[in-house]
Amino acid sequence: MSKSKFKNPVVKWIDHRLPVFSFMDHELNHYPTPKNLNYFWNFGSLAGFALVTMIVTGIVLSMNYTAHVDYAFDSVERIMRDVNHGWLIRYIHMNGASFFFIVVYIHIFRGLYYGSYKAPRELLWILGVLILLLMMATAFMGYVLPWGQMSFWGATVITNLFSAIPLVGESIVTWLWGGFSVDNSTLNRFFSLHFVLPFVIVGVVILHLVALHRFGSNNPIGIDVKGTQDTVPFSPYYTIKDLFGLSVFLSFFAAAVFFFPNFMGHPDNYIEANPMVTPAHIVPEWYFLPFYAILRAIPDKLGGVLFMFGAIAVLFILPWLDRSSVRSSQFRPIYKIFFWILLFDCILLGYLGAMPAEGIYVLLSRIATAYYFFHFLILFPLLPYIEKTKPLPISISEPILGGAATASAFATREKK
Amino acid sequence: MSTKSSSKGSKNEGKRDFLIISTYTMAGIGAASVAWPLIDQMNPAADTLALASTEVDLSSLEEGQAITVTWRGKPVFVRHRTPEEIKLAKEVSLDDMRHPETDEERVPNEKFIVLVGVCTHLGCVPLGQKSGDVKGQYGGWFCPCHGSHYDHSGRIRKGPAPTNLEVPSYKFLSDNVIKIG
Repeated sequence: MSKSKFKNPVVKWIDHRLPVFSFMDHELNHYPTPKNLNYFWNFGSLAGFALVTMIVTGIVLSMNYTAHVDYAFDSVERIMRDVNHGWLIRYIHMNGASFFFIVVYIHIFRGLYYGSYKAPRELLWILGVLILLLMMATAFMGYVLPWGQMSFWGATVITNLFSAIPLVGESIVTWLWGGFSVDNSTLNRFFSLHFVLPFVIVGVVILHLVALHRFGSNNPIGIDVKGTQDTVPFSPYYTIKDLFGLSVFLSFFAAAVFFFPNFMGHPDNYIEANPMVTPAHIVPEWYFLPFYAILRAIPDKLGGVLFMFGAIAVLFILPWLDRSSVRSSQFRPIYKIFFWILLFDCILLGYLGAMPAEGIYVLLSRIATAYYFFHFLILFPLLPYIEKTKPLPISISEPILGGAATASAFATREKK
Repeated sequence: MSTKSSSKGSKNEGKRDFLIISTYTMAGIGAASVAWPLIDQMNPAADTLALASTEVDLSSLEEGQAITVTWRGKPVFVRHRTPEEIKLAKEVSLDDMRHPETDEERVPNEKFIVLVGVCTHLGCVPLGQKSGDVKGQYGGWFCPCHGSHYDHSGRIRKGPAPTNLEVPSYKFLSDNVIKIG
């Protein structure tokens, strides 16, 4: 790269000594990106946007929040009623958490459908799962801060999961609480961690991006980029596409913030925490429901906890569980069907997690949990031995320019 | 966008400039309107503004005594001045004062002087409210931080402070009750 690519003398002077502008130019401007990415590739940048939104609104909320059992609930109500635009900032933060998970879940299923976790992108995927795990911890602790009934009892139930650990379980729970129940010490440490973990997420996101830019984005066909004819520069093609996607996302987000701000919340959390009374139905936030269903499906305390964490653990080893060398489901006729079954299974688990643990719901939860682990632990390793994959195109450009029969759909779409 | 006549091209360039400028303008307005709530939340909240006035009963304040009340988180000095103090405050010449104001301008009811007890230099609370306090060369108040001397009317007479002690807006609700703010 020549040093004279910048015209502005100040930029040139700085870049010679600290090549940040070269770096940005290289990674955000010229960065060669497969030219066939569809709209599912928007969700990475949307997740980044959601993270920044959460951090900015979160810092502003913390300026008005009091982390003390006697004042937390009132300070949140003060934000809602008295602080200038406090209602807006809190509703953005509250709904932002849900939208962050929506975006990230779509991002993950995109990766599952197009095989984005396969070599050489295993670490990219693992870092992503780590981000998901950190997000869950952050979201859980954030939900405790308003100190409503759901906050309190959610904290009690989730921290009690650790009591399932043999021998040291009880001591660990006491250590987590800093006392003998969820109390002021718990609230204080959750506030501290809820504040700091997002910055840890930022760090892992940076690693995620470094790993991404090592080999570039995967693409809907799932074959490697063969040369410049298969790519377009990131800017303006994907910056504009990302911005368009962002404006669509923001339309939905604004609709939720302004018209249905409490749709994804629970009314019981507007009742101040009462350690003497548990609400009739305690339900976690919707984004935890599939995992909650798995927890309740197993008729054993330790087993339930292990399976619940196992549901995420299998994601970490997914790159080695899937033995198929074909990335994209477009060329895997049988896996493609199972992908949709897995998606349905996860949505079903989410539904079951919200239902009371009785009658038919218990049986369905067990079947859905069994399928989840079957999919990851048995289907992924064994399917490649049975499945006959479709022939892969020679290059990303071939289906478009070569008019191969395998991808006539692309050819018709690209003809103006 | 490659093979077009020059006249058509310039027409499109005008269109494109319009689109770019209007897009950036809208994006700028959008960014500013998102930034504003995040900035404005640091301004006093509704409950803070609701507590912005204080009522003080002066009936038990004897001649020569002073009390300090809290108003908007700051001390407010109220002193029941003696006739000698009033006389001194009224008769002094304004010529060599840094911030010339007559005692009548500053004290509507000559017996009771009401001042924001914050030195106009750098915000310390001056001494002079308690009977044992140092009151400075002019007998009013003395700021121990950097040595500003205030007289019986709270006017700066010596030291680094640029202006007289601030008089808050207040009114007498009855003969002995004032409402500050």
